[in-house]
Amino acid sequence: MGSLRALGADQQVALLFVALFGMLLLASLAELAWSLRRGLDGPANESHANRRRDLSALWAGACLFWLAWVSGAAGATLLAGVVSFLALREFITLAHTRRGDHRGLILAFFIVLPVQYLLVAARGFDLFSVFIPVYVFLAIPVVSALAGDPERFLERNAKIQWGIMVCVYGLSHAPALLLLDFKGYEERGAFLVFFLVMVVSAAQIVQEAASRWLRRRPLARHIDRSFSLRGWALGGLAAALVGAALYWITPFKAGQALAMGFIAGAAGTLGGFVMKALKKDAGVRYWGNRSSVTGAVGLLDRVAPLCFAAPVFFHSVRWYFSLGR
Amino acid sequence: MTRADAMGLLLSFIARLITGAQGHWKGCPPEATQRIYFANHQSHLDWVLIWASLPRELRATTRPIAAKDYWTSSPFKQWLTTEVFHAVYVSRQRSDDQDPLEPLAAALTNGDSLVIFPEGTRSNKGEPQPFKSGLYHLAGQFPGVQLVPVWIDNVQRVMPKGEVVPVPILCTATFGTPLALRPDEDKRSFLVRARDAVIALRPAAG
Repeated sequence: MGSLRALGADQQVALLFVALFGMLLLASLAELAWSLRRGLDGPANESHANRRRDLSALWAGACLFWLAWVSGAAGATLLAGVVSFLALREFITLAHTRRGDHRGLILAFFIVLPVQYLLVAARGFDLFSVFIPVYVFLAIPVVSALAGDPERFLERNAKIQWGIMVCVYGLSHAPALLLLDFKGYEERGAFLVFFLVMVVSAAQIVQEAASRWLRRRPLARHIDRSFSLRGWALGGLAAALVGAALYWITPFKAGQALAMGFIAGAAGTLGGFVMKALKKDAGVRYWGNRSSVTGAVGLLDRVAPLCFAAPVFFHSVRWYFSLGR
Repeated sequence: MTRADAMGLLLSFIARLITGAQGHWKGCPPEATQRIYFANHQSHLDWVLIWASLPRELRATTRPIAAKDYWTSSPFKQWLTTEVFHAVYVSRQRSDDQDPLEPLAAALTNGDSLVIFPEGTRSNKGEPQPFKSGLYHLAGQFPGVQLVPVWIDNVQRVMPKGEVVPVPILCTATFGTPLALRPDEDKRSFLVRARDAVIALRPAAG
């Protein structure tokens, strides 16, 4: 570990990516070997197909992460902005907006979203954290009222505002982590993003597996038949353990990394749970197309846990650093 | 690559960015057979959406119908419809000595595919209006051409009547099983059958 610390930030990050892609490669090889052993003409297995899809999503995510790092601050922000745009597009498609919402939606897509990411790129973190919750929150109903459609006014505005909060505000915290410079932890933002993504995905995977295997009483049967308190707690626990195991890449001590991991992981799984409720409301049985992550449909449920976890994690980290000063 | 090709790529990229332009080929595969695609008409973007959801190699031979007086009124409009979309021009003024379907028949004789909106005008209610008879006449004249019904979903939300800026919302174009004119079928029952075939493709529960 001592020799690792002696390396520059750039080299450490490079090592991180070598490790990440190495692990993915191993996982893909294992998957390939397993499918070869079963025989190519064996019956197409549901869980096998699911695993394949998850694996390709992981590859896509890792490549995105790498691209974000390679392309620097502007590129990372742009990339996150595009993901945000696609997620918001998907959300609005499901939200059944009306004609009177048109101007409000134009505001959301073509003004709010770019401005939010410009604020990230310009590192204006004070305005960045109040722009959407305060100014946009007030602007959306004004634009909407000007459109002159009083029917279900509050409900429609709430939908747009909520979509912006999750898909734009929540997700914009991921590149913000990359760009936020802490004292004594400069240029290492990629580690924080990596920590966050690892912790959140560990929580999500363990929670889903545990909820399915344990078959405990579901917390809310009408929303998710398997989501249980114990499954959620196990997901949070897994996130905490992964967080603690990764403490050496973060500015935290082991115990703090444990707590941070739990916070981010627990918030992330709750985010996934909320998206299930949304999906039931929109009448969608299954998210997305089964073939691959095309970015058309099925992106939202993959980024939702991150959208919930990123702001919570971001502000916890900021709070931690302001304490240490 | 010519300027028109570049413009075509740019337009289809924008259409994909805004609407996703997903083509769902339920009743027939996307192949280079000569076809008449007929669809519900809700927005100006309908044509662009169908065009963008076609595979690239089919786009050059699949042509829209454009009103001559409007789409040749400026050099840019004319360039766009001629060079990029290869549109078939029809004149909206009826003259007695000319068959309004003649340019369409010429294009079909030439071996091209067409996209037509048999309602004749945009409808912003859920159900399409009754179909005009052009489709029937073309079906009678060209029995070898496949008639493919298409349902375009969600486009009216992207750009409602009277708005200029489109909002990004995912849209789909669902392509159904090809129809053919039956030997003993009269105009009315054929047009009703064609309209029903389009409506049947509408995704359940909006």
